[in-house]
Amino acid sequence: MPRYAVNAGGERHVFSDLKTVMACASPRRSGDELAGLAADSELHRVAARMVLADLPLTVFLSEALVPYEEDEVTRLIVDGHDRVAFAPVSHMTVGQFRDWLLSYAATSEVLAALAPGLTPEMVAAVSKLMRNADLIAVAAKCRVVTAFRSTLGLPGRLGSRLQPNHPTDDPLGIAASTLDGLLFGIGDAVIGINPATDNVSACVTLLSMLDEVRTRFDIPTQTCVLTHVTNSIQAIERGAPLDLVFQSIAGTEAANRGFGVSLSMLAEAQAAALSLGRGTVGTDVMYFETGQGSALSADAHHGLDQQTVEVRAYGVARAFSPLLVNTVVGFIGPEYLYDSKQIIRAGLEDHCCGKLLGVPMGVDVCYTNHAEADQDDMDVLMTLLGTAGVNFVIAVPGADDVMLNYQSLSYHDVLGLRHLLDLRPAPEFESWLGRMGMLDSTGRLAPLSAGAQPIAHLLGQGA
Amino acid sequence: MADSPIPLDPFARFRAATRARIGLGRSGDAMPLRPLLDFQLAHAQARDAVHGRVDWDRVAEALPSGPVLSVHSAAPDRQTYLRRPDLGRRLDESSAAGLSDGGWDLALVVADGLSAAAVQSWAAPTIAAILDRLPDWRIAPVVFASQARVAIGDPIGEKLGAQLVAVLIGERPGLSAADSLGIYLTYAPRSGRRDSERNCISNIHGGGLSPQQAADKLVWLARQARHLRLTGVDLKEDARSAESIEAGAPRLDLDAEPFAR
Repeated sequence: MPRYAVNAGGERHVFSDLKTVMACASPRRSGDELAGLAADSELHRVAARMVLADLPLTVFLSEALVPYEEDEVTRLIVDGHDRVAFAPVSHMTVGQFRDWLLSYAATSEVLAALAPGLTPEMVAAVSKLMRNADLIAVAAKCRVVTAFRSTLGLPGRLGSRLQPNHPTDDPLGIAASTLDGLLFGIGDAVIGINPATDNVSACVTLLSMLDEVRTRFDIPTQTCVLTHVTNSIQAIERGAPLDLVFQSIAGTEAANRGFGVSLSMLAEAQAAALSLGRGTVGTDVMYFETGQGSALSADAHHGLDQQTVEVRAYGVARAFSPLLVNTVVGFIGPEYLYDSKQIIRAGLEDHCCGKLLGVPMGVDVCYTNHAEADQDDMDVLMTLLGTAGVNFVIAVPGADDVMLNYQSLSYHDVLGLRHLLDLRPAPEFESWLGRMGMLDSTGRLAPLSAGAQPIAHLLGQGA
Repeated sequence: MADSPIPLDPFARFRAATRARIGLGRSGDAMPLRPLLDFQLAHAQARDAVHGRVDWDRVAEALPSGPVLSVHSAAPDRQTYLRRPDLGRRLDESSAAGLSDGGWDLALVVADGLSAAAVQSWAAPTIAAILDRLPDWRIAPVVFASQARVAIGDPIGEKLGAQLVAVLIGERPGLSAADSLGIYLTYAPRSGRRDSERNCISNIHGGGLSPQQAADKLVWLARQARHLRLTGVDLKEDARSAESIEAGAPRLDLDAEPFAR
């Protein structure tokens, strides 16, 4: 009898190997269809889940989905696996693990202790057996706290990246978007720019400018220019005021090569940033972005479904004690996530899977104009992620990124979500908002009149 | 004054420096209605550009040159096109059969890409400006390609026997420009060319490059490409070329490197 087979719906369903089971068990999405990996019927999809549910978690320790010899990410995952931490769930099947994650036994403390014992493949597998509500409930129990100048991931808090992008990196334009965001209480996770001109000199200029704004107003947050890791290393060598090293990463060695990075380069960059000693309340200096479909886009997915490869990227991230990790879920395009249903599902998967692995997960709640999605759908996803305890989200002025030409959340959206769900910014940043006179007696950030003192303070000498 | 519009605009001195939607005011915590409707209008234009159809007859009428050839990609409709970029890069069978080798210096392909509005507005004047600048070149009849991505120029150029192919294509719309046209130039086109083997001129629209400026850049690149016998990163490395091309905002590429950010 074949190892991966089940009778369901009056049919015999046979799957050739473990990665086929994983791919067929995934909710429908365009990227897996593009790769020719998706289940060819809804019945076949559920049959794959039945097979997956009965597999022992240990199957992922004995069977590498990407060969150990060929891939440094697999080696990182296998060599770094903590068997002692894994012990409490080592006897379970994937299906039993899903039920246990939802049980009252799986508390925040228990899940935090378990994280080093889980591999990305185990986490991807169990997520395929979870509904959206399960992904929210389990993620909400996970706490991953990180720190640099602010502390992120604490209960009752929602962080935000302020993203003041400009199509020509104009300093006044960037300052305007930054100051506008600060007036909404945005930027406690990071003030981070995607540079339009991506070279070391431009990067140093932007780093200096952001640091100038931060120090002028004594803001307890960190700044970042989202440039290639090699540019950041050179910027450090030139003495630039660099807080965080950014890099896009993926879940296979070959896909990371497509980004021009390796694990050793990431380690080198982390050491360089740590040598600056710029953190005040913590030493987490790395910022990673990921996204389902990036490995397929680089033709480096090794026949894995895009969600499983994505979770392997979190396996990369956690090796470098990141301050921030976010999926750019709706950015990669409709050939990977076609519509809002797929984007929302993927956003919840990415967040939950990252958190289970102990990664400080944030999400860029976003979409492009050729995806079947709009701002109403982003309202849904941000609210779900807020209830799921997401570490941070990204916000741009009016939800319109004028440099990357896509839509994320607006400053208004994040402010409203915080007030609606009673979530506050990072504690150090919240205190700063208080010192700036921006919080009312209930701790909320009420609208300010044009001549109010914080506006005069920030905008009066703003640029 | 909690919720009413701000009488004095504290962002006044910043507004000329950015198109970003700054200083919008607040209705409670939410965006006030006026900027909300402005946003929805821009998004509607972008969506219509993605899902619109090019009126090819009108583009043909606006062209100065003679006959045109029409081809279709292997993606039968827009839904398939959006899900299957691989099909948008290939010709369907009947289109492939209709192209024959003419030993041309340059083939010009107009592809709908992700913005019908861009093709409708800017393809004909850009082609006219290119033809004006290359009177001595042997240029193939203009090819109109439907449901097409950049790389469809490879099989077209190959079958036409063209030394160079320039694909004029509608770029993915942003909220600030739904009708932006791009041009991708490839030397010795054939199926399987990588994106790193092309040069790109981006951002041709009312608020970006004019058709004349774009044609100047393309003609410079095309002459260099014939001289160097290549296109792509090795052509871009030339300082003057790099400067002039980068100025054209290379970020709005169509189906290359969707994750680059």
